[in-house]
Amino acid sequence: MATLTQEEKEANALHPDLALVEKVKAGDLSAFEQLMRQYDRQIFRIALHITQNREDAEDIVQDTFFKAFQKINQFQGNSKFYTWLVRIAVNESLMRLRKRRSQKTVSMDDEIQTEEGSIPRDFADWMPNPEQNYNQAELADLLRKTIQGLPPGFRAVFALRDIDGLSTEETAQALGLSVPAVKSRLLRARLQLRERLSRYFRVATGEHAR
Amino acid sequence: MNCTEFLANLTDYFDAKTAATLRSELERHMGGCNHCHVTVNTTRQTIEIYRNDELYELPDAIRTQLHQAVLAKCAESKRKKKQTKA
Repeated sequence: MATLTQEEKEANALHPDLALVEKVKAGDLSAFEQLMRQYDRQIFRIALHITQNREDAEDIVQDTFFKAFQKINQFQGNSKFYTWLVRIAVNESLMRLRKRRSQKTVSMDDEIQTEEGSIPRDFADWMPNPEQNYNQAELADLLRKTIQGLPPGFRAVFALRDIDGLSTEETAQALGLSVPAVKSRLLRARLQLRERLSRYFRVATGEHAR
Repeated sequence: MNCTEFLANLTDYFDAKTAATLRSELERHMGGCNHCHVTVNTTRQTIEIYRNDELYELPDAIRTQLHQAVLAKCAESKRKKKQTKA
């Protein structure tokens, strides 16, 4: 087996999908199918987090991968293939939201002017393992309803950074935002979710903020 | 350090991106401020609960359908491109 040089190892770490992408560029559909199998679940999850609509999310998976295939020659390897794919998915998701609210524009900046949740107000501690007080379906419902209350731009940052595990820099690349903008939105998304979940998870005799 | 300054550094603190001196300042503040201590603990739990809960599963049957639909569109677009070239 050929041994990789240090440079090749570094390139592989940065661009783990480059070999497959090159095959797709040469017209290999099975390589593209492999990429789809690798990332479809994450793309679906991100789309669903942003749109909060299962049918839309399924359509977005289709549109994202088809668009990626059509534009594969534009992928220059300046970011990971997955980050590039996520950027397409986020744009498709925001476009869907725009269509759904036909009169209203939806962008990454939508509804983020609010100061709500920027300052914590509920300082009650939570029960130990609060999620265990709910069955799986109840918890899923509660988490879904809670995240639905965030503006789409916050949902996207939280989903990419905290659920999908992208780095702050990758999240910024995928969303076309600056790193400080990602950090600020992430903080507000986390604090808003915490505040809302606190209503369900706080200890019964907890202290209320004044 | 006051609570506002503490909050401003919270994202970096969670991501372990703060320098050692700032980190110990943040931890000192947290040690004496119950509100910030609770905020950090419950925010950390918020992230963990969302991360551990697989809210949205894509069933295998639908995955297969989606793959087939995308691959059919890709094959069609490839065929059209070839035709245009010829």
